[in-house]
This record gives sequence, structure tokens and C-alpha cells, in this order.
Amino acid sequence: MRLQKILSGAMLALGYFAGIAGAQIKIGAAEALTGNAAQYGAPIRRGFELAVGEINGGGGINGQKIEMVIEDEQGKKEEAINVFKKLIFQDKVLMLFGPTLSNSAQASDPVAQSAKLVVFGTSNTADGITSIGNYVFRNSVTEADILPVTLRMASQKTGLKKVAVLYGNDDIFTKSGYDNFKKALQDLKIPVTTTETFAKGDVDFKPQLTKIKAGNPDAIVLSALVAEGAPMMVQARQLGITLPFIGGNGMNSPRVFELAKDSSDNLWVGSPWSVENPAAENKKFISAYQKVHTTLPDQFAAQAYDAMYIVAQALKKIKLTGKLEADRKSLRDALPGVQWTGATGPFKFRQVAGRDGKPAGYDAVQTAIVMMTKSNQYVIQK
Amino acid sequence: MLAQQIVNAISLGGVYALFALGFTLIFGVLNVVNLAHGAVFMIGAYAALKAVVVLQLPLPVAILVAMLVTGAVGWLLEKFIFAPLRARQAPHLAPMIATIGVAITVTSLIEGTFGSENLRFPAEVLPAEILSMGGGAQITWLELEIIVLAFALMAILLWGLRKTGAGRALRGLAESPKAAALMGVNVEAFFRVTSILAALLGGAAGVLIALYANAVFPHMGQPMLHKGIAVVILGGMGDIRGALLGGFFLGFAEVLSVAYIGSNMRDAIAFGLLFIVLLLRPQGLFGHVAQRRA
Repeated sequence: MRLQKILSGAMLALGYFAGIAGAQIKIGAAEALTGNAAQYGAPIRRGFELAVGEINGGGGINGQKIEMVIEDEQGKKEEAINVFKKLIFQDKVLMLFGPTLSNSAQASDPVAQSAKLVVFGTSNTADGITSIGNYVFRNSVTEADILPVTLRMASQKTGLKKVAVLYGNDDIFTKSGYDNFKKALQDLKIPVTTTETFAKGDVDFKPQLTKIKAGNPDAIVLSALVAEGAPMMVQARQLGITLPFIGGNGMNSPRVFELAKDSSDNLWVGSPWSVENPAAENKKFISAYQKVHTTLPDQFAAQAYDAMYIVAQALKKIKLTGKLEADRKSLRDALPGVQWTGATGPFKFRQVAGRDGKPAGYDAVQTAIVMMTKSNQYVIQK
Repeated sequence: MLAQQIVNAISLGGVYALFALGFTLIFGVLNVVNLAHGAVFMIGAYAALKAVVVLQLPLPVAILVAMLVTGAVGWLLEKFIFAPLRARQAPHLAPMIATIGVAITVTSLIEGTFGSENLRFPAEVLPAEILSMGGGAQITWLELEIIVLAFALMAILLWGLRKTGAGRALRGLAESPKAAALMGVNVEAFFRVTSILAALLGGAAGVLIALYANAVFPHMGQPMLHKGIAVVILGGMGDIRGALLGGFFLGFAEVLSVAYIGSNMRDAIAFGLLFIVLLLRPQGLFGHVAQRRA
């Protein structure tokens, strides 16, 4: 008993001195850990923790360990701003990950931009986030890049001639998905039979689906999150509509197979990450994830995991001085040059223009994997 | 397409009517605008879901369980909210505000316990056969059962109110509690029964919409409550036939506006029509003239 106490005391002391010797690198994350968006925030947190564990276990970065400070922004704009301020000014983090939703990022990223530290989104896919400023980064591929690829592949494979469109018109994410689909459909010269809408929290989609069916399209293009998209697929199949659904990022989740079990076939989605992707880096990520968690990882976990490694590459290149402002700036300057191959495949940054036309933040350059669902599984299409 | 849209409207309208019945019953008899009715509706859906998933009960039994659970909630509402406030002769707004509190508390509790994610009934328990009807319309067994059950519950309620002694007493009570008490009606007992009955119907509506739409989530009661209030005002506050008709009116208005105008106008058209009806008949379709209460 006593020996144990002395030993643990000694270990604490050792840890304390080690902490001083190799000062830790403090990285903040503001993610939705409670509320509706927690279903995305929770896997993001698991992705970060997995990567930090691996990096620290391998000796850290130039001898320094990463220390994560994760705060709950509840998926709300106001909370995201509050949490950003706390992490930046009180915890004095070197850089920030988050927030979970594009809606919140629009509101909170300007805080980081004006404080001059890197804010790195791992799940914001709506247009216009990185145009906020040159400290804004993301490795989540935008819908504008993914949807045309998905659409082209689905149209090649199914030979579709005309489509119906269905989207949520009261949410920035699903609306922005719709805008991108609309543009891609115009580029591919695919006519639209009818465009229907729904609102967040709607549960009955049969009137819209009945109308879509009457127009006789070859596929239904869908910009929705799983919460509405999955019941929609079930209701479509109940109405005898067996058409393919072509969805965005929001429909790339294994939860489709729970919520639309046995009605989930023939859904097309595109994403840089797939649970079925056999690349070595992805296999390693999935098996490491499953050692800690009972469930399969999803895209959110994969992107968070990769994002941490991308930042780690930049950190390796710079020398931290302990002066916060200088360190924050040198990290920003090192980050755009990073290239990395992780669970989501080969990755590099691309600078985008700001609202004033000048160079601003950085988007991801990655290849999309197009998948189709079959027997409650995603099947990669080539 | 029209035949199918009519089927859609009848199923949807049936659920709206069932929900509005409970809401209007409480208003008619207890004179309370029960804003917790949406939360009761949501509890019904969760109770049936848990009965199916955890207790492995067959669906019809699960619906009964859900009605029992929400009935108990109705009893609690009456015992701890309506009755004490009535006894203290609290002003009209007090019970309404109290029910807002109940709704928020209950929704948060459910969110905390079962999570904010959408849940669904396991595909295996739902009857999935599709029947083809004339005019290219299709109906699943499930929808058919929903329609039948909604109508059966409404018919039982209407028959009970018209033909039984208790029903007559209840109607008398709605007219004037004082007069009913003088006629020997046990007013407090009937208040209790009404609250339970209303919650039971709300719970049944919750299960049915959860089955119909294949989605159970903590905030499912909120949009339903808005629609329920609209239906009840349209039909005439406190009127049973009005709630029935109003429910179907809203169901048809929504479905047909999607079919012929556009889905982005779904709620705008439905509630716009409602507004026009109220301009022409402020007391609602079956409403009493306002002075009669005074």
C-alpha cells in the first residue's frame, strides 16, 4: 500500500518535470459533443484522440507531446463563438480544430481569423467557409468538388437521362448541396423533371415522392442529412419507387443502413473516405479505431484523424519558441505546404479566393470515391 | 397521381385528427390549452418503440402499452398541474405556461436518456406488403392499419360521447362545470378521465405517425403541436367534429398543395387556407359563438 503511494507519487513528480522539460503543444478543438450535431461531433473527437494517442505514443513532435483541449460547442453558432474565445484567449492554444457544422463555422471562424491563429475545419463542407481569411483551413472536401463526380459516375453506370431533385430548403448545408447539384446537372446537361423541397424535422415525404414518381425520372437527386434522407428512402420504396437516389456527403453514413434497413439499396454517394477503401493507411486507421471502439468509424472520424496528422507534419517543420503569437504565425505559414496520405487518401491544400478576391484560406484537394449501396453495404464504383 | 395523393392525405389527415382530438378534448372539458400534448405524443412513440425493441412485444400490444404509458402521463398532468391550479383558481394562462414547462422538461429528459438521434422501428415488425389499388395508387398494409386504427379510435370516442351516460355527463361538463356539478356529476373524476383519455389518444397518434414516417426523435412533437393547434382552431376550439374535420382538412391541404403548387409552399398554403377560413368564420367550422361561454 505504502510502497504504491510512494511510487505513484514519484511517478507524478516525474511526469511533472517531464512536462516542464518538453513543454506540451496545446491544441484546441471546439466540436458539438451534445445536442443534435453530437452524432457528428462524437466521432470527430474519437478521430482526434486516436491520432494524438498514436503521435504521443511515438515520441511526440520533436520531443514535445500534444495536449488536446476539447470543448463542447453544442452545434450552435453562439456557443461556437464562446468556446472559440475561451480556447484562444483563456487556454491560449496554438491552433484550433472545429467547429462541427458549417453553419457555426460561418459565425465562429472570423474570431480565429482576427486573433491570428489557425482554425482547421474537419467537417465543414459548405461553400464560403475558407474565403473568410488566410488562417482558415479545412481538409473536408467541399460538396462543390464531390457532387459532380458522384453525378457523373451514377449517370455513366445507370444511363440516367432525367432526374427529379429533392432538398431541404431551410438548412445552409442541404441548400448549398442543392446549389451544387443544380450547377452540376446543368454542366452535364441532365434535365430535371421536378424540384421538390422539405424542411428540417419533417417526417412525411409521401406527397413530394408521389409527385416525383408521376414525373417519371430515372433517378432522384437528394440533398439531405440521414435523419430525413433515410425515412425518405423507406417511404419511396413503400410507394413502389425503386429509382436510384444520388446523395451528398450527408448521406454517406453507415446509419443509413440502420434507419433505412432493407430499403437502403441503390443509394449513390461520393466521399474521399470509404469504409471499404482497401488502401493500407485506411486499413491501419480502421483497425486502430476498432481496437478502442466497438463501432466502425465513419467519415467524420477519418477526416479528424487525418487532420491531426496533417497538423503534425507542419509542426515537425517549425521550431516553437514559446512566444504564442510568433508560434501561431509560423504554424500558419508551414501548414499550406503539407502533403499527406492518410485514411482519406493523398491530400494537399489549395488556396481559395476571399470575398474581396484576394487569396484567403485553404480547401482540400482529394479524389472522390463513389459508392453505391447494396444489401446494407457500400460498394465502391470504378 | 391524384389517387395516390388522396391515399396520402387520408393517412396523414387521420393522424392529425387523432392528435387534435385529444388536444380539443382537454380544451373543451378542462378549458386548458395543453401545450404538453406534443410531448405526450412523442412519449407514445418512444414507449411503443421500447416495447417492441426491448420487451420484444408484437406491434399491436406495443401500441396498447404506449397508450397505457401516455394515459398515465395524462393522469400525472391532471394530478400535479391541472388540479392544483384549478383548486387555486389560477388565471387561464397559468396552466398553459405550466404545460410549456412540462413539454420542455420531458423533451430534454427523453433527449438525455435516449439521445437526440432519429430512431426507427425495426423493419421486421412492420407489415411491408404493398397493395395495389385502382388508379395507380398503392397502399402498404401498415398505412391501411394506421387509417383503420385512427378511424376506429375516433369512432369509439364519438360513440362514447354521444351514446353513453358518461359521455353525456362529459358533454354537460364541457358546457358548464357548475351546472354539471349541480346535476350530481362527479366533476373532478371526469376531469381526471378526460386528461387520461386525451393523453391516450395523443400517445396513439404518436405511435401511428412514428410508424407512418419511420422516425422517432425527441422533438417530433413540436411541429405536430403547431399543426394540432391550427386544426383545433380551424374546427372550433373544443369541438370534437371540428377536430376531425380540421385534421382531414389540413391533411388534404398539405398534400394537394405539394401536388399542384409546390412543396416549398406546403405549409404556407395549408396555413394560408386556414387563415382564410378563420377570416370568414372566426369561431371555426363548428365553434360556438364566443358569448355563450360568458
